[in-house]
Amino acid sequence: MKKMRVLSILVKNNAGTLTRVAGLFARRGYNIDTLTVSATKDHRFSKITLTAELDDIMLGQLMSQTAKLQEVVSIEELFDHNSVLREILLIKVAVTHECRSKLIEIANIYKGVVVDLSRESMIIELTGKPQKIDAFINVIDNFNIVNFCRTGVTAVQR
Amino acid sequence: MKYTGAEILIKTLLDEGVDTIFGYPGGAVIDIYNALYDYQDQIKHIRPSHEQGGVHAADGYARSTGKTGVCIATSGPGATNMITGIATAYMDSIPLVCITGNVASHLIGKDAFQEIDIYGVTMSVTKHNFMVSDVAKLQDTVRKAFSIANSGRKSPVLIDVQKDVMQSMYEYEPKPSLPLAQLPQFEQSEIEKLAEYINNANKPIIYAGGGVNSSNAGKELRELMNKASIPAVNTIMTIGVLGELDQLNLGMVGMHGKNSSNFAIENSDLVIALGTRFSDRVALNTKHFAPDAKIIQVDIDASEMNKNVIVDYAVVGDVKEVLTALLPLIETKNRQAWLDNIAEFKKEDYQAPCCEEQIKPHQLISYVVNELGEDLIVVTDVGQHQMWSAQYCARTKPRTFLTSGGLGTMGFGFGAAIGAKVGNPDKPVVLFTGDGSFTMNMNELKTAVDSKIKTTTIILNNHTLGMVRQWQNLLYNKRFSQTDINHSFDYVKLAEAFGAKGYSCKTVNEFKAAFIDSQKQDGPVIIEVLIDQDELVLPMIPAGGTVEDIIME
Ligand SMILES: Cc1ncc(C[n+]2csc(CCOP(=O)(O)OP(=O)(O)O)c2C)c(N)n1
Ligand SMILES: [Mg+2]
Repeated sequence: MKKMRVLSILVKNNAGTLTRVAGLFARRGYNIDTLTVSATKDHRFSKITLTAELDDIMLGQLMSQTAKLQEVVSIEELFDHNSVLREILLIKVAVTHECRSKLIEIANIYKGVVVDLSRESMIIELTGKPQKIDAFINVIDNFNIVNFCRTGVTAVQR
Repeated sequence: MKYTGAEILIKTLLDEGVDTIFGYPGGAVIDIYNALYDYQDQIKHIRPSHEQGGVHAADGYARSTGKTGVCIATSGPGATNMITGIATAYMDSIPLVCITGNVASHLIGKDAFQEIDIYGVTMSVTKHNFMVSDVAKLQDTVRKAFSIANSGRKSPVLIDVQKDVMQSMYEYEPKPSLPLAQLPQFEQSEIEKLAEYINNANKPIIYAGGGVNSSNAGKELRELMNKASIPAVNTIMTIGVLGELDQLNLGMVGMHGKNSSNFAIENSDLVIALGTRFSDRVALNTKHFAPDAKIIQVDIDASEMNKNVIVDYAVVGDVKEVLTALLPLIETKNRQAWLDNIAEFKKEDYQAPCCEEQIKPHQLISYVVNELGEDLIVVTDVGQHQMWSAQYCARTKPRTFLTSGGLGTMGFGFGAAIGAKVGNPDKPVVLFTGDGSFTMNMNELKTAVDSKIKTTTIILNNHTLGMVRQWQNLLYNKRFSQTDINHSFDYVKLAEAFGAKGYSCKTVNEFKAAFIDSQKQDGPVIIEVLIDQDELVLPMIPAGGTVEDIIME
């Protein structure tokens, strides 16, 4: 059965490493939903965090193929119960005078922050688990969403 | 003492035990060739006619000797010409170190003359590749390349060196070779589990692939077969590891494999897959592969597990190490009922007819391998002649059958034969090729003549791209689109133009006479054999089919 997986890949910080990882996914036909790259405490390494919808067999393939790359130090699956997973959403919504306060009210419930406000629109910033972000976008679906951007998941093991 | 980068490169290669290089000069590698000038007595350098042939030669050298093949090409077109060769080796897990020059660092990214991002281009056909822009890193990089190419599952590695790196001066303090990466470790409990599957099976069959060859596990494999009376089938990559003389070996499995091999898999209750990837030329229909069997798998590469076929149990490890650990746990059995079954299957194996007036492929192949004995290295191109060679080459030693199994590269043969002969000067080397494949890289005949490399090339001339024609014949309503080659090519004159000796023949007697004479020649020889255009490779199971779909005529 397919489900959302979060994978954390420690890679050597060399030129071309991201191309290798991304190229592998493309040519093996793995569909990646989100991918983030970040520095780590040790400047020789970077951390790639990615999410993808995979069943167990696909997961095994993706992990073992990725582990074969010379630049990959380790790859592991992260779970809700052993890791903190976070994503940032920036969402721009066109607002009229009437609906503005309603939107702020909903954002407050989700602990979202209004980071930009003009007469016609506002931008809300929201940090949280991907599920929370999904839920928020879902709830304000009937507002006039102009566009949004999500950073993709980043994660640290507990 | 300080040396140029080019000298450091050569010195490191020498330290890594390299004595043979297949390479082609050019502007971006002129410094390497300048350095090589001083090492002519220590390194044998073969210059092919085309860089593709050069990589195939390095590949044939590696396949036949077990060493790492080394090749060099210049930037741009030299480098891109290598790609098919690299990909061929990659698909068959052959260790190569390919060295390309590139433009000087200040020109990188400027679309300079003959600049190609070969590093980017070859990422997907190498296990790893390097771009060297600092002479201080050159020695380490070369040593890493050899270690990576030979660690775990073997593979080509490419090193792209910028021109100014080869001209820069740096210290050369020889460092030791890097150790190979540790082989995957397995637990005793995993071995016990494998043994349990095997001991409990009534109708087990071993399905042995190229990994048995690369891990030199032939001896352990035979012990397992003999101790527990387990029959085996081999893939095209394992020809010679399991030979004709192994009573329990049924022979090649898959699309053009033996009926008995395919029946054995079909009827088994346990498939023991060793170092093999369940390719679509063997597991033709993954849903019906070994329908009644449990499948257990041993492979050095964890990503082979559950890739093409879902298995019941898998152990990641070197085949030789796993078998060594496994053998003491295997019960001695005679499995007579199963072997009786197998004997029945063998009765249904295809028997090719003979003909004196126009020689049949199996007749000429059998004749040649009989004449030249077990040391003969058989090389093939790709097509019907390749399958006939695989079916009738009767090799009994590992590394004596060289073929492009994974990529199926027409044009592989001549280069590979050259490399095999260079690596094995005392053994006869025969290339079986087709009229299509031969013309792809026949320019390498010039290399063989120039470098005095004695190879025998036998062209099975059916005036067609026979394998494709066979599919059109059987599966596409005989619509022979663009497959027949109606040229009036004179192979004898062609050979002579290159400075080689050529023969053309049709009957059994003509062929024998030509062959006997050809073996008295000093240089390379070409023998054209006219065979029937409608000759088929049999038996055949079409792609996606099962034993129900076997074609026998
Ligand atoms: C480089 C390349 N191009 C195309 C093919 C597809 N192909 C596979 S077999 C074959 C025919 C080969 O003809 P020939 O060498 O004459 O061998 P025959 O089958 O006639 O023995 C072709 C075109 C291939 N395998 N490799
Ligand atoms: Mg042909």
